[in-house]
Amino acid sequence: MSPYLTSLIAILKREALRFVRQRERFLAALVRPLVWLIVFAAGFRAALGLSIIPPYQTYITYETYIVPGLCGMVLLFNGMQSSFSLVYDREMGSMKLLLTSPLPRWWLLFCKLLGASAISILQVYTFLLVAYLYGIQAPPFGYIAALPALLVAGLMLGALGLLLSSFVKQLENFAGVMNFVIFPMFFLSSALYPLWKMAESSRLLHDICALNPFTHAVELIRFALYAEANFAALGWTLLATAVFLGLALWGYDPVRSGKRHTG
Amino acid sequence: MSLQVQNISYAYGQKTALDDVSFTIKRGAFCALLGPNGAGKSTLYALLTRLQLPASGQIEIAGYDLAAKPRLALARLGVVFQQSTLDLDLTVRQNMRYFAALHGLSGRLAETKIDAALDRLEMKDRAQEKARALNGGHRRRTEIARALIHTPDILLLDEATVGLDSATRHAITGYVHQLAQDGTTVLWATHLTDEVWPEDRLILLHKARILHDGQANDLGLDLKSAFLERTGAQE
Repeated sequence: MSPYLTSLIAILKREALRFVRQRERFLAALVRPLVWLIVFAAGFRAALGLSIIPPYQTYITYETYIVPGLCGMVLLFNGMQSSFSLVYDREMGSMKLLLTSPLPRWWLLFCKLLGASAISILQVYTFLLVAYLYGIQAPPFGYIAALPALLVAGLMLGALGLLLSSFVKQLENFAGVMNFVIFPMFFLSSALYPLWKMAESSRLLHDICALNPFTHAVELIRFALYAEANFAALGWTLLATAVFLGLALWGYDPVRSGKRHTG
Repeated sequence: MSLQVQNISYAYGQKTALDDVSFTIKRGAFCALLGPNGAGKSTLYALLTRLQLPASGQIEIAGYDLAAKPRLALARLGVVFQQSTLDLDLTVRQNMRYFAALHGLSGRLAETKIDAALDRLEMKDRAQEKARALNGGHRRRTEIARALIHTPDILLLDEATVGLDSATRHAITGYVHQLAQDGTTVLWATHLTDEVWPEDRLILLHKARILHDGQANDLGLDLKSAFLERTGAQE
């Protein structure tokens, strides 16, 4: 077997084992979007009127609107969580095993990213299943079409986590960074309210939301869930993935790490 | 020649960690790198494993320039870090398999190599135990066995006996000396003089520079006194 494939399987297996061990984390990751869906959305439904916007062809309930955004939320929290565990790994030393392997560093980090994304996607599908049972149902084919969208979005948010972990040196600094990343990214996006609604209150906020890569990830998932392709969202999400991943690999480069120590 | 370090320097900001350090270790030699805490040992290991890059100088591992051919050089290197890098929730064998895979080894070949490495450190009976269930000495032996899976030419150990009792330290030091006698080049960093045997090659590192490079017994019969006298350190 190729050394590349061997290492990929080993890293995926390890991520899966870690996932199985941390059932509480899985539960927490599931409860969070469900609270939003069942509690938050119930309160908001009355306050927020939604017009018919693509990909929806009829009036929809607010719960239906926020499901893709909550899928994005699962991916976002998981991306940050895996980044947190990378910083932990580095502090505890186990990251050194990965970094001193003779296989290319970019490949090993990519394997880690893929492993973390796979776990995230599993959690999204569990959430979608609960949402389905709750009555928020997308067309059957949408659940299949959503898979590549979730993968791209998961990779993008995982790459952002990887990028943060390459720059944040200590665990104690991490909570702050997470708050500065997760909350603005989530609230300044189309996850909870459509962008036109945002434009009604502030043009500037609308523009920030439109630039936020998380908005595009959510829109990509939203369209895919209704078996439609949103190429603009796909393009922006892929571009953000490439930029985040490129910067993360640059951050993990020993040349840069060395310079950082001398700085 | 197995490990060659030429004119290596490294600084953390204004603080010099290594200043023009050079040495060569021949194939199959046991070389102790002795120095008090803060002497620059861990920095040297970070440079030898390419976790950091030197500001100047050259490192050659088993004939490969670490800067020019990092992957070939790293493939010839086995490392035991000061901090444990075992996944405590995995069994000994699962830990070994994960490491083997990071070196591109899988299937029957990996299992054979894992068995051989565990056998060498007398850890085969514990292969199915979780790392968490092992005592400190056995965890260290697992890490040494793991570093040997890919049959490296050079084994680097950075204060591998830290936190262990004296009998376990003695046993582990013995295991590693045996590895050198079997042909693996060993660089053993420590701040404890009783881990250095009289016939060992000894590099004494202090305040970023090499104070002594020769055989341990060149410094006299009482290595501990010589070490304390030269470095002003307290063991």
